[in-house]
Amino acid sequence: MSEPSIGPQVGAPPATDIQGNARGRGWIKELGFEAIALATVCAALLMLGVLLVDIVLDGWPRLGMDFLKSLPSRKAEQAGIWPAFVGSLYLMVITACVSFPLGVAAAIYLEEYAPRGWLSRFIELNISNLAGVPSIVYGLLGLAVFVRAFQLERSLIAGGLTLSLLVLPVVIMSSREALRAVPPYVRDASLALGATKWQTVRRQVLPLSLPGIMTGTILALSRAIGETAPIVMIGAFGYISTVPTGLKSPFTALPIQIYNWVSRPHRAADTGITFQTNAAAGILVLLAMLLTLNAVAIWLRNRAQRRLK
Amino acid sequence: MTAPYQEPIADYLSATTQRPVDDGLNGAGAEVAGPPTGCRVRSEDLHVYYGPVHALKGVTMAIPDRDITALIGPSGCGKSTFLRCFNRMNDVIPDVRVEGRALLGETDINGPRIDVVALRKRVGMVFQQPNPFPMSIYDNVAYGPRIHGIRRRSRLNEIVEVSLRRAALWEEVKDKLRKSAFDLSGGQQQRLCIARTLAVKPEVILMDEPCSALDPQSTFRIEDLMGELKESYTVIIVTHNMQQAARVSSMTGFFLMGELVEFDATRKVFQSPADERTEKYVSGRFG
Repeated sequence: MSEPSIGPQVGAPPATDIQGNARGRGWIKELGFEAIALATVCAALLMLGVLLVDIVLDGWPRLGMDFLKSLPSRKAEQAGIWPAFVGSLYLMVITACVSFPLGVAAAIYLEEYAPRGWLSRFIELNISNLAGVPSIVYGLLGLAVFVRAFQLERSLIAGGLTLSLLVLPVVIMSSREALRAVPPYVRDASLALGATKWQTVRRQVLPLSLPGIMTGTILALSRAIGETAPIVMIGAFGYISTVPTGLKSPFTALPIQIYNWVSRPHRAADTGITFQTNAAAGILVLLAMLLTLNAVAIWLRNRAQRRLK
Repeated sequence: MTAPYQEPIADYLSATTQRPVDDGLNGAGAEVAGPPTGCRVRSEDLHVYYGPVHALKGVTMAIPDRDITALIGPSGCGKSTFLRCFNRMNDVIPDVRVEGRALLGETDINGPRIDVVALRKRVGMVFQQPNPFPMSIYDNVAYGPRIHGIRRRSRLNEIVEVSLRRAALWEEVKDKLRKSAFDLSGGQQQRLCIARTLAVKPEVILMDEPCSALDPQSTFRIEDLMGELKESYTVIIVTHNMQQAARVSSMTGFFLMGELVEFDATRKVFQSPADERTEKYVSGRFG
């Protein structure tokens, strides 16, 4: 601490000067900024907390195997979420099966094979733009292409394909990110040993980036599972009282079922269970699915980080 | 390339020592003026451009077989670029253009019909940073043979052991072959990378500043190892360390601004260089 201070040279002896600097005017600004940042975080968390508590209070008592396994009904106390739950699961599986291979293949092409030039820059720009397109636009596209042109009707497969389109840009972008994170020396070393490009990608680059790719895909899927607009657009907005049995079955999904219930009139039955209660419970089911997905994503990421160390 | 992994292990060790004499690629015309041994690795008026940058300006050089040739010169003088011409690793860089000829035997490496994969099997490379794959020690060495189609466990075991022994690493790792390569020290990692290169049976080994990331002790061990490797392989080493060049190499080439200024016996380059610029560089007056 005997170093000469950087602050004003006049007056105070060096040692106190250093301390004085730290407690100078900068200190107030620093604290002020910290307070504002903290307040913003608290406000966001508080909102979320209030919403969650409200929903849990409403929906928790309604949750149970009964609610989960029952079909929708005109009586709130008998209505369950089973078709919507199964529909959402199916949608997710279809979306994953379509968007994962397509997205990863596109990312590998763009990142490892495509010559750097105006074309790849153009494609890149468009993919990022597509990621920002409102989801209802994808719904319209799905309606025009899958439902009408391909005559898939209001089927699970049409919904799954539409959601795949929706998440594809995000899957591609996060996969590219993961591929780019593989250190270049791994590729050099592999190529220098006489590996082909494909061998290098398949045996070194892909295994190393797979956890990252999976994380991105799962997060994209968790966005898809909460989407309502596109599948409303392709006609999943109907009263479905049967569990889907195949790809061509009509279907409904959790967000739609929840929306349906919320829009029913308030009329408490003797049991005190309204459709709004059902909606709250449905939201909890949806949240549980989302959290499970995200937990898997985080687990994968942590495992990958440990492996690269 | 004929199936190179069919011969028994004894041949595996000796094959590389015999190969330079004839495998059909080596014409009688390989006797270029210079060192008495053959010179299968040669360049003739080799130019490299990175976009508009003329990085290598007409280098003609004949590298003696089964010996160590050092390339020295200040940063950015083109010596690494020159090195990477011999296994076409410059291909990885966008906008690169190569003119002139780089030869392995009588084959023009930059020819349009060259199988780059086969070439890189014969011309191995060791990089500046030790760069083992994030795999086990065993898998690192077995990677090359595996991608070239060897599946048999016993054969792979053999190759891994022989390669690690040749790289003077076997005794240190034989009990932990399944451990991650990242558990090794920097010097051990670099020797692992050398073993990995040996496992695909190259005839030429390019070393791009292989010791610049290592401590003196590890550097010494690698230099020692290079002395053994030159019995069987043609070694070209790029180095910033002039003592290293003087210690290990028989021939030394001095590069400056993309040109080969002087190429001669190491002793001559360091003690009585013909060119004034070489003299300045090796005596430490610039660069």
